[in-house]
Parts: sequence; C-alpha cells; structure tokens
Amino acid sequence: MKALLGRDLRLAVRAGGGFGLGLAFFLIVVVLVPFGVGPEAAILARIAPGILWVAALLAALLSLDRIFALDHEDGSLPLLATAPLPMEMLALAKALAHWITTGLPLVVAAPVLGVLLHLPGQAMPWLLLSLAIGTPALSLIGTFGAALTVGLRRGGLLLSLIVLPLYVPVLIFGAEAARRGAEGLPATTPLLLLAGIGLGCVALLPFATAAALRVTLR
Amino acid sequence: MSIWSYANPRKFLDTTAPWVPWLMWLSALVLAVGLVWGFFFTPEAERFGSSVKIIYLHVPSALMAINAWLMMLVASLIWLIRRHHVSALAARAAAPVGMVMTLIALITGAIWGQPMWGTWWAWDPRLTSFLILFLFYLGYIALWAAIPDPDGAADLTSVLCLVGSVFAILSRYAVNFWNQGLHQGASLSLDKQENVADVFWIPLLVCMAGFVLLFLALVLLRTGTEIRARRIEALRNRARRTGAVRA
Amino acid sequence: MLTGVSFRLSPGQGLVLRGANGLGKTTLLRTIAGLQPALSGRIEGAGERAGYASHADGIKPALTVAETLRFWADLYRTDLPEDVFELFDLADLRDRPAGTLSAGQGRRLGLARLAVIGREVLLLDEPTVSLDAFSVKRFATFLREHHLGRGGIAVIATHIDLGLDLPELELEPHRAAPEAQGGSDEAFL
Repeated sequence: MKALLGRDLRLAVRAGGGFGLGLAFFLIVVVLVPFGVGPEAAILARIAPGILWVAALLAALLSLDRIFALDHEDGSLPLLATAPLPMEMLALAKALAHWITTGLPLVVAAPVLGVLLHLPGQAMPWLLLSLAIGTPALSLIGTFGAALTVGLRRGGLLLSLIVLPLYVPVLIFGAEAARRGAEGLPATTPLLLLAGIGLGCVALLPFATAAALRVTLR
Repeated sequence: MSIWSYANPRKFLDTTAPWVPWLMWLSALVLAVGLVWGFFFTPEAERFGSSVKIIYLHVPSALMAINAWLMMLVASLIWLIRRHHVSALAARAAAPVGMVMTLIALITGAIWGQPMWGTWWAWDPRLTSFLILFLFYLGYIALWAAIPDPDGAADLTSVLCLVGSVFAILSRYAVNFWNQGLHQGASLSLDKQENVADVFWIPLLVCMAGFVLLFLALVLLRTGTEIRARRIEALRNRARRTGAVRA
Repeated sequence: MLTGVSFRLSPGQGLVLRGANGLGKTTLLRTIAGLQPALSGRIEGAGERAGYASHADGIKPALTVAETLRFWADLYRTDLPEDVFELFDLADLRDRPAGTLSAGQGRRLGLARLAVIGREVLLLDEPTVSLDAFSVKRFATFLREHHLGRGGIAVIATHIDLGLDLPELELEPHRAAPEAQGGSDEAFL
C-alpha cells in the first residue's frame, strides 16, 4: 500500500500530475465570491465559513475523475488488481493519495483565504479542524464515485452528479462547525458528528469502492 | 413452487402482464374516488382554508417517493445476492417513477407553501430532504443510462443504491440538525398526520391506496418493458453471433 | 466464449495458447488471473501465485524506468534484482522517464516487470507485440532460463513462434457454440 501511495504522490507532483490545480481552483472561487456579493466586510465574514466549505468541496470534486481514469487508460488497473494488494487497500491508498494531494493543501490554504473573506480570528481553529476532519471523507466518497464511473464516456459529469448528493451530510456538519465557531457558539457537536461520518467512511467505503472496481474490471 | 420461480423473466412477464391493465383501471378508480371525496366532500379546515386539500396529492406522492427508493433498495439487494435479472430491472423501472413522485411531492408542497407560509420554498428539513432525494434519483438513473453492459450497470447501480441509502438517511438527520441550527426550534413544518381529523384522514387513506396501486401498475408495466427491451437486445446479440442478421 | 478447456501445468512447464483473434484467449487469461469469473469450471493454484501481463503495460510517463520497476518490486514485496536491467536491455535507459521511451522500449519495460514481481505462474497476453526480433529472442531467453528454468510456469497467448519448444494448445476446437455464448442474455432468450 505504501508503494502505491508513494507512486501516486510522485505522479501527482511531477509534470502533468495536476497537483495544485484544486488549490488554484479553491483560490479563484474564493476570490470571485466578493465580486458576486459585494465587498462589505460584515456580509463576507458572515458567509465566509460556508463559502470556504463549498469551495473546498468543489475543489476536491474537480480532481476526482483522475483517481482511476489514468490507471484505466494505460492498463495499470488490471495489473494493480492482480497484485498482492487487496482491492480494499487499493481503494484506501487511492483515497489517501487524493486527500494528501488535494484535501491537505486545501486545509492549509483555508486560513489564508479566510483572511480574504474577513473570517473572524476565533473561527480559524474551528474552520481548520472541520476541514481537516471533513476532507478525508470527501476523498473517500469521491473515490467511491470515481470507481463507479471508471471508463465511462462523459464520466466526469456523471461523477459530479453521483458524488454531490453524497457530500451533503459532510458539508452540513463541516460548515455548521465552522459557522458555530465563527459565531462563538459551541461547535463540538457538529465536529463529532463529522468525525463519526469520516470514520464510517473509512470503515465502509473502501469495500464499496473495491466492489465497484471489481465490476468495472470484469 | 417458490416465489423465486417468478425471477424467470418469461414467467414474470407472463404472470404480470395481464395484471397491468386491471391495476391501471383500479388505481384510476380508487384515485378518482379518493380525490373527488377529498376535494369536494370534505369540510374546509378552519386554519388552512381550501388549500389544505392539496394533501390528497402531496402526502401520497411523498409516501411513494420514499417507498419507491425502499423498493429499489430491496431489489438491488436481491440482485446482488441472488442475481435475478428481473430484480435489477425492477429497480431500474422503479427509479423514474419514484423520481416523478418526488417531483410531485415537491411541486405540490411549493403550491401549498405559497398560501400557507407566504413562500414557494423554504429550507425546511422535510423539503430539503426531498430535494436531496430527488438528486439521488437523478444520479441513480444517470448511472444506469451511462453503462453499456447490462450486468455491470445492474451491479454498479445496486452498489450506488446501497451506499446512497446510507447517505440519504445521514442527510435526513444532517438536514434536521442544520435547520435547527439556523432557526432555534422555529420550524415551518406542519405535523400533518397527527392533527388530521377522520373526515380528512379516510379520503387521504383512499388516495394513498390509489397511489400505491398506481405505483405497482407503473412499475410492473415498466419492468415488463425493460424485460422486453433486454430480450430484444439478447435476440439481436444471438443473431449477430450466429451470423443470421436480418434487416 | 470457450468451453471444455482443460490443462494442468507442473513447475517448469509452459503452454502456448493458439487461436484466431476474438476467440477468447484474453478472456481465458483474465479468468485465470482472477479478473473475471468463469461461467463454469475450476481454476486451481493460480490466484496468489499468478502474475498477469495484458497488452497494455501500465507505464506512467512521468516515472523513470528504474522508478517503475522499483514500484512493482515494492508492491509485490520483492527485491529488485540488479540483472533485470541487463536482461531486458534497459541499462542505458534506467533514468529516462518512461514517457520518452519508444513503443518497443516501453514494451521491454512492461515485460521487465515480470522479472521483478517474482510470481511462479506468468499469464502473458501477446507479450511480443511491438518488439523487434532481437528483443523477442531476449525475452524468450528470459522465459527459458530465468523463469521456466527455475521452476516457473507460463501460459502465453501469442501468434509468433518464441522458439521455446513449448507445447501448444489450439483453442479453435473449444470455441463455444454460438447459442451458448449468450452469457447473461441467456435468461432472456
């Protein structure tokens, strides 16, 4: 599993790997929002947690179809599937690689972009924490969606259609935790619920992803 | 003779096809009785005025929107465990019906919401859940349509239905949580069934029965269509293999 | 697609599958490799001991030749044998990104994977496509001396003669009758 993770990370950072695309997208969406809603600091501060969460979610969505598509095109997928790595671990490694290359940079960049949106300082730790807990779940759910749509024409659009409804609970609890943090309310409950969803995803989704991969490999 | 013998597509088709027109007429009759009774022969509720009568469409369609998904879930499980093709095709057939039911529930809800709450749409937990359910139906139907191999499509949509069900339930609770977070306890939702007196309740039950019959009729009809389409495909494939392709 | 195919191989034995395109050689190999289920019948002894090579090499353009082989060695938890670069004539290409290799060089890299993963049973689907005569000979030498000669087993689907004197299995007589090829369509006929 470490070998596969290392390979995927290396591929992502090399030329043409698309590393940083999600981050750039995150930046652009957040920069565009004030143009849409006006520059008033009070309004921006109020919507900042939600905007940051939605933008992070869309940025994570952007790179999902690359998770399996390239391995499918060049024929790596059947070779990986016949390797001594269980398919569930393959799914987990892929999700982890996606999180490290997409989710983790978003978490790190979020406070900087929060400043742009006048997010109050007391909200920063909550925003960081909610993103850090929530983005792995986004990667796992996305990997499942990617496995369902491997090798389909127009798979990218379909992938968004399938994955976005699955993102709803994560988005709700994540953004809620960040918003409560911003308003100075106790935010532990949504954070714990978010962590519960994340752990559930880690425990169950690799099996669903592996099942989908076995079908697409047939 | 076990119930699984009906998993044979031919047998299923032969058994259910004669039922479809009867079910259609029966559901039309029951719905006509229920709706006319509900619309014209019930008193106007003092708080709601005549707008309340939309519940005779709203509540049964909402009921069937959820039951259709449950049926798809059961059919998906049967396909994954026992690999009966009819089961997978029935799940496929039920999805658009369920989606339309969800849409009816949403639209009638909006029409009802306008006079009651002064708005077409509110991000009330119940409304929001139905909107999310609608999105789940969309994704499920789109996945079926996108995969050319019928068995692969059945497998993948079944897995999606299973995972989707878990996330749909999660969303339901998440949405409840989310809205309370917004308006501390000030929910717009009307608790429908508990406040309803028998005068309204009995025609409502009739309408629900009508919708159940309509759903059964439509799903059986559509499953039959799917089986026939699949059979045509199978015959074409065989003709291609044996080189006996005729125009 | 195929029916009534049956063979048993002992260590050191190879088998060449013959048959027209589209007959089901690839399907047979994929089935033995466990990528798809057989409609009926049994496969014993392959599974965890088998290494599969399809016509696609699964080469990542951004990784160098050495990195690619190191990855497969790590994934299969084996040591990367130093002689593999010599064996497949890749020594000069070690640090070249795989994306810059020619088709034949890429194929050699793909086949070198088989020497790295340390599997006893090799399932090879058209291994010599886009190889020149010299490389074919090298590959045959690898199979004879480093694989079969050390007790390995190989099932090879190929159109050319590798010069290995392996027994051949002609699949044409095993072609399933057209009526029996329906797969899941059967239920609807």
